[in-house]
Order: sequence, then structure tokens, then C-alpha cells
Amino acid sequence: MSRAPLIVVLALIALGSVFVALLCGSLSLTTSQVIEAIVKPVPGVVDDVVWKLRLPRVLAAFACGGLLATSGVLLQVLLRNPLADPYILGISGGTALGALGAVLLGAGVVGGNLAALAGALSAIAIVFALSFRAGDWNLHRLLLTGVVLSAGFTALISLLLTLAPQAQIRGMLFWLMGDLSHAHSSGAAWLVLVLVVSIFTVCSGSLNALSLGALKARALGVAVGGLQSALYFGAALATVAAVLLGGSIGFVGIMVPHALRLAGVNDHRWLLPASALVGGSFVTLADTFARTVWAPQQLPVGVFTALLGVPVLLFLLSRRP
Amino acid sequence: MKLRAEKLTLEIGKRVLCRDLALEMAPGELWGVLGCNGSGKTTLLHSLAGLTAPAAGRITIDERPLAGIARRELGRKLGILLQREDQEFWGSVREYVMLGRYPHARSLFGWQADDEAAVEQAVAAFDLTALATQAYVTLSGGERQRARLAQLWAQNPPLMLLDEPLQHLDLRHQLQTLELLRAATRASGAAAALVLHDLAFAARCDRILMLYGDGRHAAGTAGELLQAGRLAELYGCRIRSFGEGADTHFIPVI
Repeated sequence: MSRAPLIVVLALIALGSVFVALLCGSLSLTTSQVIEAIVKPVPGVVDDVVWKLRLPRVLAAFACGGLLATSGVLLQVLLRNPLADPYILGISGGTALGALGAVLLGAGVVGGNLAALAGALSAIAIVFALSFRAGDWNLHRLLLTGVVLSAGFTALISLLLTLAPQAQIRGMLFWLMGDLSHAHSSGAAWLVLVLVVSIFTVCSGSLNALSLGALKARALGVAVGGLQSALYFGAALATVAAVLLGGSIGFVGIMVPHALRLAGVNDHRWLLPASALVGGSFVTLADTFARTVWAPQQLPVGVFTALLGVPVLLFLLSRRP
Repeated sequence: MKLRAEKLTLEIGKRVLCRDLALEMAPGELWGVLGCNGSGKTTLLHSLAGLTAPAAGRITIDERPLAGIARRELGRKLGILLQREDQEFWGSVREYVMLGRYPHARSLFGWQADDEAAVEQAVAAFDLTALATQAYVTLSGGERQRARLAQLWAQNPPLMLLDEPLQHLDLRHQLQTLELLRAATRASGAAAALVLHDLAFAARCDRILMLYGDGRHAAGTAGELLQAGRLAELYGCRIRSFGEGADTHFIPVI
């Protein structure tokens, strides 16, 4: 069944959410002001606010949401477990450990990002080395390795938090809850998002077959080993790109794919692009809330993704017979 | 297309199920695979389909080793009906059957007319037309089995391995399935191997493979192997035969 109209509607919603996010903030702008600033930019305050302050943050929020939702879809297919989310494999834990360790040691922005990346890559490498043997994935071992590694990282992060001086704890907590107030250049994240979504949408036939189980997929002619590796690294890449940009924003990766499945979008050809669009719109709106509800105080966006997401998912679940 | 196994040894854990098996499935042949529970019938089919590696031996399709054939290409040559599927399917019956076209898909977006045609034909062949738009999860056990058979039909490989194809089916659909397999092998030159427990249907096969589960096996024509004495030895129970020639029937002595 073609879901192309749905994708068009979701794309319009995505554009709408970006527009709303540009509209809202401590400096109140009218619709026409924002449109004017976008269509024919004239140097001035409005122009600066839209192009230099809000748009980079909105684009970062959208990329984060899209990446997390995409990663969630990929991991749910790979692990064939509805509870799989981008954080289940310990990748975000490794990233957080690297990032927070760098903060504690007083590294700058570049050093912090490098440390976070190093943490992410080591977590990816450890999980891969322990779970992938002789061209074959043991999915139970993969899941358990990820869960155990996550627990280890959580313990180390708690240790860092207790050792950290008072002044730095707030920033570290924001990072852990997911915070976009320092996210500005999202070019790399967008590149990853577009690449991962298009590659796996093109391979959606094999993802559909894999959702019937590895043996069945192999019987239908899917090279399962390669596909599983691709899923693992695709999901890992998407997670790392998102976490480096906005910290551990929770709930998007598990909520968005399930909400779409409950709404009847199951074919991965449509589920992947739909998840990216809904995830992006969702985090964009949540971040708009996060920076306006308690203005000028900025709240971590992760709080709002959960606060908005829990009731939606509970509603969808209760509606299901 | 010819599937050949040479010196095939199958093991599960430390147990040797089958030793030095030689088998050749030639076009037009319908094989019946018989044996007790746990005698290695499923393991044999999985090995022949390249899903599990045998402990020893060589499996080839038209002289090409199985391991050297890319998975997708293999899906166009050989199809297997699994005994069970653990995962639920999210879509309609037609979408489920359509997955059988995976190895044939040429375009990355959407299906071609011949894919659609193959699916419609398969759906109709197994009496699923009225259920085609219904969700797969709402089907009964027998209807699911027909959907699985239809998926293999849509895949349309010249070599077919079917693990208990008649399970859950009512009598009419058991007959219909066997007729379809018979027609596919006789008319289109396909070769198929069926794991069966029903001797009335085994008698309709051209050739029989018996697995004893202890390393021994026997292969031959249905006429040679389907004899009360041999079957009693295979199944470990007393079996009596009625009738003669093509009209021979076997029943267990109760």
C-alpha cells in the first residue's frame, strides 16, 4: 500500500514545526516578519535572530530528532525487540562518559567533542567485538552486551558526577538529559541523517524480510550477516551524530517508531522516512517548549520529549485492542 | 536445475543424524522425506537450502557449490518452506506473499507487473483471494500455512524444499497442495522435496528418502521403499498394508 500521501503530509508538518520554532522565542516575531527574514533577508535584529540564533538551533533539533527516531527503527529491526532504542547498546553511555570526562578535565568545545567521539567509538567497537563472531550476530549476546555496557557507563557517569565540582554539575546534568542550547552547526548530523535514511529506505525490502526473523530472511534471499552489520553501524552512526549534537535526548527513538506502527505504518519503505520526519518535528517542537515555557530560563529538551511523548504513546497503546 | 549432495554428514550437538548421504534432485522429481521426530529431516532441508552448514559434505546446484552462490541469486534458484515462523507479520496477506518476490525485485521502489502477477497467481492458487487484504495475524493456522505456501509459490524457484507443507491444512487443501506440487514438478520441470508424515501422500512422490536418525538412511523409488516392513522399521511401530500397486495404503496397527 502506498503511503506517499502520508509522507507529504508529514513533510508539511515538519515545515510547519520549523516555522513555529522560528516564530517563538524571547523576542516575539510576527509571521510576516519571519517570512520576510527568510525570503529576503535585510540586515537587522530580526534577521540576526532568525538566521543566526533560531535557525541553527531549530535545524540541530530537527536533525537530532530525525536521527534518534531512525536509529530506533533500525535497532528495533536488528534486535527484533520492541524495547530497543538508540541508547540500548551503550553507545550514548560511551559518548556521555567521554563528553563529561572532558568537561571535568576542563577541555574546551573541540576537546569535549573529540572525547565524546572517542567514547562513542570505543563503545561501538567493544559491543561489536563481543557480539559479532565468525560472520554471524548473536542477537541475545548483542542485546545483553549493550545493556551490561550501558550499566557500566552509567556507574562511571555517576562517579564523575559525584567527583565533579558544584559549578559544573548543572551543565553535566543538562547534557545527560539532552540539551540543545549549545547545538549550532548541524551540517554533519544532517549529512548522516540523509545518508542513513536514504540508504535504508532503498534497502527496505530486506528490512521487511528481516522483520520475519533471520532464518526466514535468509530463506527469502537476504544476505543477513551483512545486513545486520549495516544496521548496527547505521544505527550507531545515527546515534553518535545525534548525541554529539544534543546529548542524550530520551524517548524519541522508542516513541516515534512505535507511534507510527500503532498508526498502521509498518512497511519500512514508509516507516523510515516517516520516522525521520516525525522525530524531527517532535524534537523541534519539544525544544521550542523547552526554551519558551520558562523563558528566559532554558530547560533541557529531554524533559519535554518525555513529558510530551508519554501521554501520546499511552493513548495510542490504550486505543489498540 | 539440479541439486546434488555428496557425502553429506549431519550432526546436532554430538549426535550424528545422517552419515555419507548422497542425493540428487533432478528436474521433474518429487521427493518425500520420511523419518521419526528428531531424525534430521529439518536439519537436512536447512543444509540443502544453505541455512546451516553441514558437518561434512558438499552441496551443489548445477555443479556450483552452494556456499559460492550469493544469497539473493540463491533465492531465485531455491526456496524453502520453513516448518515454523516465530515472528508475527505486520501486514496483509498480499503483502506477506509479496515478500516472496524479494529475490526477483529489480526496482528499488515498487514492484513490477510480473511480481504483481506472480503474487496474484499464488494467492489464487491457494484460495486466498478473499483473504488477500486481510491482516496476516487474523488468519487461522491452516490459512497461515496456505499463505506461507503462496509466498513460496510467488518466489517460484525451480528447486523447492518444503518442511511439512501439509501441516494444519484441511483435507481438501492437502490434496490441492500436493496436486500443485505435482503439477509444478511434472509440467514446469521443478524439483521438490517434502517432509511428510502422511504415507498416503508419500505414495504420490516419485522418490523417497528415509532418515533413521542414527546415521543410516535409504533412498529409492516410492515403489521400492514404501513397504510395510521397511516403514515399520523406520517408525518403530507395526504397520499393515492394503491394496496393490499404485493403490497401496498403509495404516498403523492399533
